[in-house]
Amino acid sequence: MNFMAIKVIYFNEMLRFWKTLFQSIASPVISTALYFVVFGSAIGSRIENIDGVSYGLFIVPGLTMLSVLTQSISNASFGIFFPKFTGTIYELLSAPVSFYETLIGYVGAAATKSLILATIILVTASLFVELNIAHPFWMLGFLVLTCISFSLFGFIIGLWADNFEKLQIIPLLIITPLVFLGGSFYSISMLPPLWQKVTLFNPVLYLVSGFRWSFFEISDVGVGLSLLMVLLFLSVCIALIAWIFHTGYKLKQ
Amino acid sequence: MSSIVSIKDLSKTYNSGFEALKNINLDIKKGEILALLGPNGAGKTTLISIICGIVSPTSGSVTVDGNDIITDFRKTRAMIGLVPQELTLGTFDTVWGTVRFSRGLFGYKRDDAYLEQLLKDLSLYDKKDSEIRALSGGMKRRVLIAKALSHNPEVLFLDEPTAGVDVELRKDMWKIVNELKSKGVTIILTTHYIEEAEEIADRVGVINNGELLLVEQKVHLMESLGKKQLVIELKESLAKVPSSLDKYNIELSDDGMHISYTFIVKDEETDISDLLQEITNSELHLKDLKIVQSSLEDIFVDLVKEK
Repeated sequence: MNFMAIKVIYFNEMLRFWKTLFQSIASPVISTALYFVVFGSAIGSRIENIDGVSYGLFIVPGLTMLSVLTQSISNASFGIFFPKFTGTIYELLSAPVSFYETLIGYVGAAATKSLILATIILVTASLFVELNIAHPFWMLGFLVLTCISFSLFGFIIGLWADNFEKLQIIPLLIITPLVFLGGSFYSISMLPPLWQKVTLFNPVLYLVSGFRWSFFEISDVGVGLSLLMVLLFLSVCIALIAWIFHTGYKLKQ
Repeated sequence: MSSIVSIKDLSKTYNSGFEALKNINLDIKKGEILALLGPNGAGKTTLISIICGIVSPTSGSVTVDGNDIITDFRKTRAMIGLVPQELTLGTFDTVWGTVRFSRGLFGYKRDDAYLEQLLKDLSLYDKKDSEIRALSGGMKRRVLIAKALSHNPEVLFLDEPTAGVDVELRKDMWKIVNELKSKGVTIILTTHYIEEAEEIADRVGVINNGELLLVEQKVHLMESLGKKQLVIELKESLAKVPSSLDKYNIELSDDGMHISYTFIVKDEETDISDLLQEITNSELHLKDLKIVQSSLEDIFVDLVKEK
């Protein structure tokens, strides 16, 4: 195992984050603050409590998940796509580094960035609402698993994409709609029965629901099922990556 | 000299169906400088890329110091440094950062003293904290060399190292290459500048259309395939070559002032003394004579044409 390589890939990726620190922090802080002003205060004041939780508070887990999902995918996909785009991938391929070591370096860094981001969002949210976390360990567990799973997913997208359009298309056309329609900003009980059933096919629902349960002990689906779905998504991503590494798909000519 | 890189029956066909390498067999000797010569698209970069692990071979095998490049990739890649053809560098990294990254990637612990000396040797030390994007093309080339040498490789691949490089850097580059050779590093460079191969290499391999046409000691190559031309300047213009010289296939220049005879040095049938005797007997008045030796370029062009 080339631990030194994992370390340098990880820190090199983290360095990119620190170099754009203002952008990395300011962007989520500003967007979170805007969501709170618009949904939490302006519109939220006219929305009744959901399962005993004020709307401003209710959207905190969904808002966090929205950023974590999109940023995990964006960071991990860009991280591996950029060397492919500039050609610097030659160095990774010609170094005594296995694909899995490369993966740990890139995905580890992307997941770390998402965790930092989630912390910033939660701290910002706590300035607007009184945030009490009912099950901090479950909250952390869901968060870490989500960060890792979606960073893995982002890594797959980054390997698959051979242009900037492909890099953007899945986050834009699939992930963002799934997050918005996955109960990030509402409880699915507010939907007509048919759409409640349709929403059950949306994997993001389980992430948001489980995450929200760890805060307020309210959820759209059982917390066990949520955990199972996160683990299932993680396993699918790992299996897909194992297949890519085994076949060399899009990695080597 | 024992071989350090051994290539056996190596072929590569890309997914597009393009056959980039056809059954290559080559032993690269420890400590030598081997120049791979060939036109664009000949397969030089594919060959290097396979040895370094960037491209997968379709069939055949490659070993580096007895280790297979696929099953023992950690051992083989740790021994190899690669300077790619393109100036591929992370634009926002600093020189120091990127060189340290390369060393770490190869599993080596941080060694600032070694890297500082390396940057000094490559005249890069004063640019240590500069961002790559602020460097000139020549400086970027040096950074790529520094990255390739950051882990003390035993085998160094230089893919078209002097493409688009000014004279000064080219000279520096050959100085560096010679210093590395004196330290026992095996160097394989690809080029389509024949004069480079002629100047620096111990052996020359010629690749065209994915085939390795030959690998020879540079001097042997020039001796065995090199043609020489005896050019004789006459005092008086000649209308026709004397019939006594017919068997020599002598060419007469348009102005009738020069006759020339092309011969292959190693050819048994070549007998310059007989020819000179015949010329003397034919009462031609000689003003001057010179022998022109064909360059590697001529040899290369002949070889590629032949195939």
